[in-house]
This record gives sequence, C-alpha cells and structure tokens, in this order.
Amino acid sequence: MTDAADTDIRKTALNARHRALQARMVPFAGWDMPLEYAGITSEHNAVRTSAGLFDVSHMGEIEIAGKDALAAVQRIACSDPAQLQVGQAQYSGLLTPEGTFIDDLIIYRMAPSHFLLVVNAGNAAKDFAWISEQVKAVGAAAAIDSSSRYALIAIQGPASLDVLQPLTGADLAEIKPFWFSFGEVANARAAIARTGYTGEDGYEIFVPPNMADKVWQAILSSGETAGVVPAGLGARDTLRLEAGMRLHGSDIDETTTVLEAGLGWIIGWTNESFIGRDRLLEQKASGVSRKLVGFEMVDRGIARHGHPVMLNGASVGVVTSGTQTPYLGKAIGMAYVPVEHSAPGTTIAIDIRGRAAQARVVKMPFYKRGSR
Amino acid sequence: MAYPDDRKYTKDHEWIRLSGDLAEVGITDYAQQQLGDVVFMELPEAGSHLTAGESFGTIESVKAVSELFAPVAGEVVEVNDALKNRPETVNGDPHGSWMIKIRVADAGAVAALLDHAQYEGLLG
Repeated sequence: MTDAADTDIRKTALNARHRALQARMVPFAGWDMPLEYAGITSEHNAVRTSAGLFDVSHMGEIEIAGKDALAAVQRIACSDPAQLQVGQAQYSGLLTPEGTFIDDLIIYRMAPSHFLLVVNAGNAAKDFAWISEQVKAVGAAAAIDSSSRYALIAIQGPASLDVLQPLTGADLAEIKPFWFSFGEVANARAAIARTGYTGEDGYEIFVPPNMADKVWQAILSSGETAGVVPAGLGARDTLRLEAGMRLHGSDIDETTTVLEAGLGWIIGWTNESFIGRDRLLEQKASGVSRKLVGFEMVDRGIARHGHPVMLNGASVGVVTSGTQTPYLGKAIGMAYVPVEHSAPGTTIAIDIRGRAAQARVVKMPFYKRGSR
Repeated sequence: MAYPDDRKYTKDHEWIRLSGDLAEVGITDYAQQQLGDVVFMELPEAGSHLTAGESFGTIESVKAVSELFAPVAGEVVEVNDALKNRPETVNGDPHGSWMIKIRVADAGAVAALLDHAQYEGLLG
C-alpha cells in the first residue's frame, strides 16, 4: 500500500461516489481509483452472471481531427483505420519503429475526419506527446488531449442491455459490437459504445464529467433488481485476464512486438504507412522466437507477474499476468515462452518464489462468453 | 470486528493463542481486510522449526501475495489442512481460522507481544 504522499493524485468525477460506496481506494497510474467495493470475487462473478458498473474515467482520450486526420491515424496505429466507418471502433496498437507497444488503444471514428483514441491512463501523457509529434509530420491534422472532457462509465455483463435500455432513446440492440452511437443516457449527452474489457457484452458510455454521477446512479438504480453492482479495478483485471485480453505494462510493452504478443490479428496490413510496419513484416517472414501464451497451473500455486519460466534449470521466459480466477476457479496466467514450447498442451515449469511448479499451455481466451 | 482478549497480536497482523505450551497462529481481521478475497495459502510441514519473525508461509488474495510470519519461535506440530482447501474461510472468520499450531519454546516471548488493546491502538 502506498502512502498518500502524492499530493497531486487525480480524482475522477465519481470519486466522492466511490467513497460513499465505501470502496477501497488505491493509487493507480496517478489516479485515486476504486480497487474493490464488496470484493473482487463477487464483483467479478456479478459481471459474468448479471452486470457490473465500472468507472473508467481515468482512461485517456486523444482526438485527431482535420483534413488529413485519417492519414495521421494510419501513421500511428497498426490497424487500418481506413476500414472504419463513422460510428465504428477498432482495437489497435501505438507502436515504436521496432513494432513494439507504446500503448494499446481503441480508435473510434466520430466523423469522416475526426477520430477519438482511448488510451491507458498511465500512458496518456506519453502517448499524447508521441502522437502530437507524428501528426505534425503528416499535414493538416491536429491532436488534442480531451481526457478532461469525458467521464467514462462501463456497464459490462449479460444484463447490460436490459439495464441500460430504459435510460436511453438509442436502440441499444442496434449498436453492434465495436460500434457506437450518439444519444443520451439519463438525460446526459452521451456516446454509447458496445465495447469493453471484460469478455462480456456491455457498453462504454462517454458523458460530460458533471453528468457522471447522475448517469452512474441511474444505471445502478435501473439494475438493482438484476443484481448490478459497482465493480473496481481488481475485478476489471481478473475479468480481462480470463478473457485473454492483454494489459499494457504487464503483458505488452515497448519490449514486446505485436507478433510476439500473439496479436497479429490486429495488424491492418492494408495500412501501408503505420510506424513499425517494416519491422513487423520482417518478423513475420523470419518468425518469432518467443510468444505470449496462456497457461493453467497443474501444481498447486498461483504464478504471478515476473515469475520466471524455467527449462533445465535456466530461465527461458517470464510470467506477465497471473491470478486465481474467480469465475473459472483455477489459477491461470500469461507468459512469454520460447516458440518451441508454445503449443497448447505443452508442460512448462514456473518458478514460484523458489519452488518449481508445473503449468500447461492452453489456448486463450480462458473464458468465452456463454461458456464455462 | 472486535479483537478477542484471549490471545496476543503482532505488528505484522498475526494473532497467537497460547494454551499450555501449544499455540495457534492466524491472521487478524485487519490483515484479511487488507488482503481482500483469500484464494490460496502455502503452509509449512509439521515438524518445521521456526524462529521468531521467520516467514512460515504465504497467503494470497486474488490481487496480492503476503508472507506469514512466526510471532515467536517454536516447532510446527500441526497444520490446518482443511483451511488450505477452503482459504476463503479466513475472510469470514479470521480469528477462528488458525493456520498452524506450534510448540512454543518460550512462553515469555508470547506474553511480550501486543494485547488486544495495544493492537487496536496500533490500528488507530
């Protein structure tokens, strides 16, 4: 636990609400955020069986607009934003020339020449500096950091649509996964996106910060009988891990390429101008030497971030994420391993604080909606 | 939750309840609150010898790993295997969930630990 020595810690528009709900607050990426309310396990399971409500207003928002906005976004993002229609969103990467991750992000096409990028809180300042520099070189486009203009509230779980629908005139069933719509929620002007970070159906709602508490309360109240609960960053992390989603700073960073991370599917090869493309083409041709895999523990124990993967007494890889998953009830994780040990079914050994524990490589995601 | 007066406490948030020369050791309500949902425990084998302050195992919540420290020196005579299989019990009943029983080398060392009022004072 960190002391509150950091005086310039930032607060979302929902900070007082979290405190009123008696959340356990923790510093996260410079923000004072709720780790858990009733407990990670119950929040996690509520999202799998009903729905959970998350404050993710700490996420950064960067907007790129102008005549050459598309060219600018194509330069910095490894997907192909030209494939996006207005109202559509895309998971993507902000890469170094080496094809490694400065950050991962979701790109929303707001208008033909206007894109909204949602980036990780801890990287927002770094991303904005990098993007601003790249955009300048492209031509008539500008990047602005619009993070303070939005509160971002996510409702995630199978009950999401039914709980949210009474609060909006937008036809939520019409918004397909990875699309969004402009409308209102609880009389607040909103962009409603069918996106998330939990492996469940759900919506992420961008609202003006001064309307955040009203929207939050309206959703909790609408979801009361369905069992919707507030959920914190702890459950967000275990949910995304069960769903096999990478976390920047843990599973992917500036030392890991898109291909090593097993995210080749996000690359838009039709985008010929993105930074990192040449290196990824080379690596695609030569093949990767290590790969991010999912694993389940065979022996007792929970592998955690940083634990070495061992082979014949030598460290050959590293665990990047690991936990006991609340819903599946087993110890799982992700690790970089040599490519020759990356096939599902392969047994690997993980050094858990000096004890060698066996794990088995499995296909990700660990959890897929509607299965168990 | 009240801290029972039938035992002693440490600054590392363990409790120890002495009965004859045997003592049960567990973690406090404060400790389980800080950890959150407990999902895993690694405990020593019976027969292990512990020195005061030595790590005798780990306790893990979904989010965090914490070491367990021996409040005093002694020999582990029994391990609560039932608790290992139902680690979440620690959250619901921390002061009833002993983890190990030790044969205490020096009862005076137990007496020197914090009593419930001192421990509550430490929590503020």
